[in-house]
Amino acid sequence: MTLGGIDCDIHPSLRSTADLQPYLHGYWAEMIPMRTMGLLDLASYPPMNPLTARDDWRHEGGRGGVELAAVQRDCLDAFGSRIAICNVLYGGQACYNDDMAAAMCSATNDWLAAEWLAKDTRLRGSILLPWESPELAVAEIERLKDDERFVQVMVLCMGEKPLGRRTYWPIWEACEKAGLPVCVHAGSTYRHAPTTIGYGSFFLEDYVAQSQTFGAQVASFVTEGVFEKYAGLKVVLAESGFTWLPSFMWRLDKTWRGLRSEVPWTSRPPFEMVRDHIRLTLQPVDAPDEGDALARVIDQLGSDEMLLFSTDYPHHQFDGQAAMPDGIPASLRRKLLLDNPLATYPRLQEVMA
Amino acid sequence: MTELLERETRVDAAAGVIDCDIHPNPKGPHGVLPYLPERWQEHLKRFGSHYRQPFASSLPYPRFGDGNRLDTKLPDGGYGGSDLGFMQKQHLDGRGIAHGILQPLSPNAQSQRNLAYAAALSEAVNAWQLDAWVDPEPRLRASLVVPQEDAQASARMIEKNAGDRRFIQVALCPRAFEPLGRQRYWPIFDAAAEAGLPIGLHVGGFSGYADSGSGWASYYLEDHHSNTESMMALVTSLVLEGVFEAFPTLKIVLIEGGFVWLPSLAWRLDKHWKTLKAEVPHLRRAPSEYIRQHFWYTTQPIDEPAKPQHMRETMEWVGLDRILFSTDYPHWDYDDPATALNRIRLSAEERHGILRGNAQALFGFD
Repeated sequence: MTLGGIDCDIHPSLRSTADLQPYLHGYWAEMIPMRTMGLLDLASYPPMNPLTARDDWRHEGGRGGVELAAVQRDCLDAFGSRIAICNVLYGGQACYNDDMAAAMCSATNDWLAAEWLAKDTRLRGSILLPWESPELAVAEIERLKDDERFVQVMVLCMGEKPLGRRTYWPIWEACEKAGLPVCVHAGSTYRHAPTTIGYGSFFLEDYVAQSQTFGAQVASFVTEGVFEKYAGLKVVLAESGFTWLPSFMWRLDKTWRGLRSEVPWTSRPPFEMVRDHIRLTLQPVDAPDEGDALARVIDQLGSDEMLLFSTDYPHHQFDGQAAMPDGIPASLRRKLLLDNPLATYPRLQEVMA
Repeated sequence: MTELLERETRVDAAAGVIDCDIHPNPKGPHGVLPYLPERWQEHLKRFGSHYRQPFASSLPYPRFGDGNRLDTKLPDGGYGGSDLGFMQKQHLDGRGIAHGILQPLSPNAQSQRNLAYAAALSEAVNAWQLDAWVDPEPRLRASLVVPQEDAQASARMIEKNAGDRRFIQVALCPRAFEPLGRQRYWPIFDAAAEAGLPIGLHVGGFSGYADSGSGWASYYLEDHHSNTESMMALVTSLVLEGVFEAFPTLKIVLIEGGFVWLPSLAWRLDKHWKTLKAEVPHLRRAPSEYIRQHFWYTTQPIDEPAKPQHMRETMEWVGLDRILFSTDYPHWDYDDPATALNRIRLSAEERHGILRGNAQALFGFD
C-alpha cells in the first residue's frame, strides 16, 4: 500500500554520545567525553517510553532505530520506501552552550552522513541546526549545503522563541538560498513550560500538547511575515499531527481579520498562506480509525498538497504495517507518497528524474 | 474616520437568549474600592494589582482602542460595560437577552500574587457584582470569583455562598499558576461539586508561563489566539489528572475559548492514551468519554470556516447540546445573537438549544 513511497520522517538513533566521538574535533573531542554527557536523549523522547519505539521495533539494549540492518528490514523494506528522510532526535540541539550545541549538531550530522546516508542510497538526512545561535546555524548550513543527501534543515518545535521572530531570519534566508525546506520536528528543549498554563504531570500530557505549540509556530511564521520576506521558503511540520490544523486556521483567519492592522505586512489570510508554505507529515494520524472523520478533516484542509507520507519509525503511532490509514481517500495516496514530497523537496526531484 | 456599519438585524426576542458571557466593568480603577475592607483599600491605592506580567496597569499585549466596541462607550465617555442602565438598554433589551451571566475580568482577583489580597479582592468583586448589577437587574447572574491559588480559601468561599442562587457558577482563570487539574486545586472542585455549581473558565489570567511552548509571541493577534491553546492544555490536565474520577458530578464551562479544536484534541488524547495508558492507570475510560460528559463551551467568537458545513460537522462532533451562546459584550469581538449563527445549518430546535435551552438545562435559571 505504501510501496515506492517517500517516507518523510524516520528516526535513526544513537546508542550514546560515544557514537559521536569519531566526529568530534579539537576542543570538543576532548571535552565531550570528559563531561557527563554519555546519554543525551531528549526529555521529549525517553528511550524506553512506549511511544519512543514500538516493541517489535526495539532491538538489543531495548532501543529502536540504532541498527542499520534492522531499520532496513523493518522500515525501508517493510514499507517499500524508495526514499526515507532521517530526522535524528538527540540532545545536541538542546545544549545551553551555543558552541557545545553547534559541535554536537555538526558531529551528529557527520555521523548520520557516514554511518547511515553513505550505507543505504535510500536514506536522506536533515541538517540538525543549533538554531538558538543563528550565526552558528547559518555556518552549519554553509558547511553542509552542497551535500545533496541533506534535503532539509531541522529544528525542534519548542525552543527559546517563536520561530517567526526576526532573530531567526538569517537562518531562513540561508535555507531559502540553499533550497532547503525547514523541518520543525516535535520535541522541546524545555526553555519554557510545554503549555501556556505550565508544566503538567505526564509524558502523555506533554506529547499531546505539542500540537498546540506547532500551531503557535504556524501563527508566528505567518504573522511575523516570514513567508512575505522569504517567498520561496517551505516549512515542514514533522510528527506534529495534522487534524488540529483546519480548526486552528479558522480561528487564526478570524482573529487576523479583526487585528490585521497589527501586522500590515501580511497580504493574505493566514490559511491561504499556510496552504502554500506549510507541509505536514502524516504520522501520527490523530483521528478515529472508524467513521469518516479523517476524510472530513482532509476536506477541511482545503488542499491535497499539504500532507507528506511518513511512518515516524520507530515511534509507536500504529501497529503492523498500517502506516497509511484506511481513512485516507484513495485519490490522495499517490500525492502523499510521491507527488507532495517531490514538490516539497527540490533535492529529491533530481534523484527521481 | 470611523464609520459605523448599519445593518438591519432581527432579534427573536421571544426566543429569550441566554448570554453566557457579559463583562461588567467597574467605574474606573477604584470602582470596587468601597467593597474592600479598609486595610485592603489602602493596599489597592498604594500598590494595586501584582501579576506575573510586565506592566503595572495595563495588559501585556496592548489592545486596539480600549478593547471594546466603539458604540458601547457611555454618553459621558465612560468605559463600555460600566453602567447598568446603558447595558440594559443597549444589550439586554436591545438584543433580547433573557438571562445574562456576568464574567468580571478586571480587576483580576484570581491571578494576584499576594494571596491575601486575592481573597479580599475576590470578596469585593463578588459583593460589587451583587450590589451594582444582579440585585438591581434580575436578568443577570454573578460568577463567584475565588482566590484560586489558595484552594482552601476558595473552597470556604464556595461553601459560604453555596445556597445563594445569585451566583450561578464558580469563576476560575484558565491560566493559573499550575495546570488546574493538579491536586492542589482539588478542594475547589470538591466544594463546587458539593454546591452543585459548574466551574466557569473564561479565557485569561496570568500564569507567568509563555503564551506558547516556544516562548512569547510578538503580537496581540498571536496572544489572543493562544487562549485556545490554553483551553486545550486545560482540558488535557483536568482529564489526565483524574479530576472527573474524583468528582463525577463536576461540570466545566469553557468561555470564549471556542470549541472547534475539541474534536482533534479528543482524538489526539485518545490515540496517544492507548499507547501511554500505563502512565495514567487512574483513568478508567478513554479521555474523550470524560470530555463528552463533563464539558460545555460558549460560542463567541464563533468560528467561520469558508464552508459552513465544516462548522456543522464540528458541532456534531462536539455535541450540539454542549454549546452555549455568548456575546462577550462589550468587547470588540462581540457576537450578535441575531446574526452569529446564521451561516450554520441548524434546525429550529438546535438553534433554540444553543441560544437558550442548553444553558437553561445546565444552569437552571429560576
